[in-house]
Amino acid sequence: MTLAARDLRWDAGGRIIVDGVTLAAAPGRMLGLVGPNGSGKSSLLRLLCGLRQVKSGVVILDGTDISGLSRRAVARRIAVVEQHAGTLARVTVEDVVRLGRTPRRGALSPWTEADEAAVASALARVGLGTRRDQPWETLSGGERQRAQIARALAQEPSELVLDEPTNHLDVRHQLDMLALVRGLGVTSIVALHDLNLAALFCDEVAVLAGGRLLRSGPPETVLTAGMIAEVFGVRAEVRLSALSGRPHIEYRLD
Amino acid sequence: MRGIALPGTGWLPWVLAGLASLGLLGLAVAIAMTVGEMRIPLRVALQALGNGLFDLGYAVNPIQQGVLLDYRLSRALFAASCGGALAVCGVTLQALLRNPLAEPYLLGISAGASTGAVAVMVLGLGGAVLGVSGGALLGAILALLTVALLAAGAGGASERVILSGVAASQIFNAATATVVTTFASAEQARGVMFWLLGSLGGVRWPDVWLAAPVTLAGFAICLVHARTLDAFTFGEDAAASLGVSVPRVRLVLFGTTAAMTAIMVSIAGAVGFVGLLIPHAVRLIVGPRHSRLLPAALVTGAVFLVLADILSRVLIARQVVPIGVVTALFGAPAFALILTRVRRSA
Ligand SMILES: Nc1ncnc2c1ncn2[C@@H]1O[C@H](COP(=O)(O)OP(=O)(O)OP(=O)(O)O)[C@@H](O)[C@H]1O
Ligand SMILES: [Mg+2]
Repeated sequence: MTLAARDLRWDAGGRIIVDGVTLAAAPGRMLGLVGPNGSGKSSLLRLLCGLRQVKSGVVILDGTDISGLSRRAVARRIAVVEQHAGTLARVTVEDVVRLGRTPRRGALSPWTEADEAAVASALARVGLGTRRDQPWETLSGGERQRAQIARALAQEPSELVLDEPTNHLDVRHQLDMLALVRGLGVTSIVALHDLNLAALFCDEVAVLAGGRLLRSGPPETVLTAGMIAEVFGVRAEVRLSALSGRPHIEYRLD
Repeated sequence: MRGIALPGTGWLPWVLAGLASLGLLGLAVAIAMTVGEMRIPLRVALQALGNGLFDLGYAVNPIQQGVLLDYRLSRALFAASCGGALAVCGVTLQALLRNPLAEPYLLGISAGASTGAVAVMVLGLGGAVLGVSGGALLGAILALLTVALLAAGAGGASERVILSGVAASQIFNAATATVVTTFASAEQARGVMFWLLGSLGGVRWPDVWLAAPVTLAGFAICLVHARTLDAFTFGEDAAASLGVSVPRVRLVLFGTTAAMTAIMVSIAGAVGFVGLLIPHAVRLIVGPRHSRLLPAALVTGAVFLVLADILSRVLIARQVVPIGVVTALFGAPAFALILTRVRRSA
């Protein structure tokens, strides 16, 4: 077990937002987090990587309470890609990806071959190898997302927390991105809106609604027509795809 | 391979850039020594400098020697420290607050420092223990806390910080005006008002010995945090997720900028716009990385304020325009330019 949460609670603006969530990400596996808008996915992810103070409960990273670890120690393990990332600074793609090396460098240590190699490989993996010098402000939405993911890869994490990483990506890049994350062999926790993508890539899926964890388990047991009706209020038909052997969801208009 | 060849990773480009900057600064200071009520040729200025530093024994008119060493040199060196410090503060605050308009003056830190300094000067608060600099430091910290409180009350977003800073400036300027009009003698009031606008007229060597070390120490602290400041590019959460201890860094860097601003204000009054103008100008040339931005801002700010001081002495014959007025003359149009740029990229 690498990253786990026990009975997490968090409130903001006088409202309970994460309400007693217990879950564990299996090592090297992809855990999908699904749920309606405002169900607390982003909030839960922030708690899991220690960016917010829990009200009660613990987040455990390899057996230690994450609140006892330094920010730097956490950043060497867990890389995060937030749902929204923006800046007014005139940074280039390379500047952004170099940020990923921050937790691995001292305040005065020079830029090493290892740093350069990590940046180059991260850029290549997201297909931005030839775009190093392009200013951030001129990137398309999907390119920005991929630059942020390259930054996270340059961190060389053992746990990867991604908040809607397929946002803004075209079909090809959505599939490539999730296949890339799976292929890294790191433990990943990924908030996703597309249930079919979750079914296709995740080893486990957790369903969040109103800050509570409703269900979790392998996609075929969690992503059922009943769950989709209950949580999203949408009628759907789920069948096992002959192509992938995974559940495939079709929505019904009514 | 590529990264190794970039300037900023090898030592040679740094050394060359450093030497060039020092040369430029030296030139500005040399010009500052020759210009003024009494025009003194550069050769004489250098000879006087040689006498002062190494006892070379050139025959220099003692009055000229006195003007050069006791007034102009100390004044130019203080202007350099002050300009460098304010520019470094601007770079640091803009990165920490992720706001292109953040700088000591607009954030109300200068106004707070003025209030603190005036309280000590006019009311004699704290007496000999606190001193004018100590009063300014307390005022600057108080202003920062006020801004933080106002910004938190307004939702804590980084755009609100400047609004809060403007509000804090108003509060502290009103406090300063109240103290001056109520408790100061006419003589005192005139002096304080002139100092408030920013004036280097009263600068002497002890001021340089205070300001220069503060500037260099503050710069060193900010430079050690250069990568940390880079990590703030996408906000505080992003910085934290890159391993930055945000509360500690905020404490250290807000403290450092408050101290630098307070010392400069206690000596020269509130000089505006340097902290706004220089970081943006320098960013256009050296890019957004703080390991280059901070040293470049230090040198450019220093040269800028030395030149502004020269201008303040020659703009109107036989009169010294307050340096704050000269920097505002250049700062205000630059401010407008930046505002339009911000709108375009938003
Ligand atoms: N700091 C905060 N103060 C007040 N309310 C908050 C705060 N952070 C989150 N919330 C609220 O908590 C709820 C959950 O937000 P969260 O961003 O975690 O949802 P989400 O599941 O990620 O939604 P989406 O699918 O739209 O990204 C929302 O209703 C949001 O308004
Ligand atoms: Mg979200």
